[in-house]
Amino acid sequence: MSIPQDLSYTKEHEWLRVADGVALVGITEFAAEALGDIVFVQLPAVGDKVTAGEVCGEIESTKSVSELYAPVTGEVTEVNEATVDAPELINSDPFDKGWLFRVRADDVPELLDAAAYAALIQEG
Amino acid sequence: MATESPLHEVHRKLGALFTDFAGWNMPVRYSSELAEHKAVREAAGIFDLSHMAEIEVTGKQAADVLDYALVGNLSAVKVGRARYSMLCDATGGILDDLVVYRLEDEKFLVVANAGNAAVVADALAERVAGFDAVVTNRSAEVALIAVQGPRATDIVGAVTDADLPELKYYASVQANVKGPLSEKHSVLLARTGYTGEDGFELYVPAAEAPAVWQILTEAGEPHGLLPAGLACRDTLRLEAGMPLYGNELSVELSPFQAGLGRVVKFEKAGDFVGKAELAKRAETDEARVLVGLKGAGRRAPRHGYQVLNDGAEVGEVTSGALSPTLGYPIAMAYLTPELNEPGTKLSVDIRGKIEPVEVVALPFYKREGIK
Repeated sequence: MSIPQDLSYTKEHEWLRVADGVALVGITEFAAEALGDIVFVQLPAVGDKVTAGEVCGEIESTKSVSELYAPVTGEVTEVNEATVDAPELINSDPFDKGWLFRVRADDVPELLDAAAYAALIQEG
Repeated sequence: MATESPLHEVHRKLGALFTDFAGWNMPVRYSSELAEHKAVREAAGIFDLSHMAEIEVTGKQAADVLDYALVGNLSAVKVGRARYSMLCDATGGILDDLVVYRLEDEKFLVVANAGNAAVVADALAERVAGFDAVVTNRSAEVALIAVQGPRATDIVGAVTDADLPELKYYASVQANVKGPLSEKHSVLLARTGYTGEDGFELYVPAAEAPAVWQILTEAGEPHGLLPAGLACRDTLRLEAGMPLYGNELSVELSPFQAGLGRVVKFEKAGDFVGKAELAKRAETDEARVLVGLKGAGRRAPRHGYQVLNDGAEVGEVTSGALSPTLGYPIAMAYLTPELNEPGTKLSVDIRGKIEPVEVVALPFYKREGIK
């Protein structure tokens, strides 16, 4: 199970790469594996305002539907259309090609580092 | 504490992800459920179904007990053949759907869903009273391994002495599974399944299950056999239009409401549990019909979602998924009967978004060359 050291994490199993006030967001490998084969993803639209901790999209696998939470508050500046066309990218490459959206963050809540996230998933 | 299959260690070594299923800890998938689904459609998959309940009915009146306890005409089943049937309560509500194998003149094997194992065992134990027959629950002693897919005959044929071309659909035979050297395992080999593909189900003594799994896995390797979990079993049966107890079937429904009235055999001799009520319900239960729905895009209608006609609720989805084989969303739903014509345009409320669907004939998927 990969948990890159250079990313930040949320309890909702998202990862973020925050740089210059812009957060790149995806879901973790742990989350992708737990969901199974992802067959549909609904992302926020570019220009949408999202609020940290609130639902901003949806991820469906063959067996389940899961909500996607905004990990930060701000405006969506870019979404990864490739994952909409090929949701399996989220399974095959969750930390790189399977990224979901980019947010210009007004506010970044406290996030977990890799060690804290590893401990979280260890607890189950 | 969930019950473990006799094959648990095998699954663990294969890296299975487990799920609790009716009190059993069973593999939900080994790698990708889509890859496993595809393997069953195009090559073959091997499943552990040891959570299913096996209940034996033996004795002079074994056939009579089953005629009384179930809605089908089991005494008419020939030795070596199997029949799909149902256990109903006195009001005609479905307690479980079952496959019943006639193994000998006076010996039947009733295979029940894991979730209903206790209900079925208790009902049969109660309904046997007064008959010269014995009901024995063999679930703990018996493991069930299924090999399903177009290559299943090649795989099973390579390791058994059974005459597979002679083994018809819904037939069974006592056979040996042969391993390396003189290794030999006596199994009940049945041509049955729940995937819409040709295939076999092997009832195996629990202690021998890991060895039989290993023999089948090795025989399957050149044919692209993959271990397959319960996730793909569900999408496979949905594509094949097969009902699942708890989704399409429940004690709230009679076989008529489930579109399976054909399994109720009023013409058989004697009384059976639920007969009087079922006779009435055969006339009056026309409130809903089970239909197939085809969607667009990738979002699937799911269990419990409302089906709408011009905004008015006309039914409810029982099962749904993005069909791995067909590439579009499919669902089964109960509808008011006047809307069951294929081609009827309806919609489904998918978590607040109204998505168009079209009524289609079941099954969604039928393998080529099916008789």
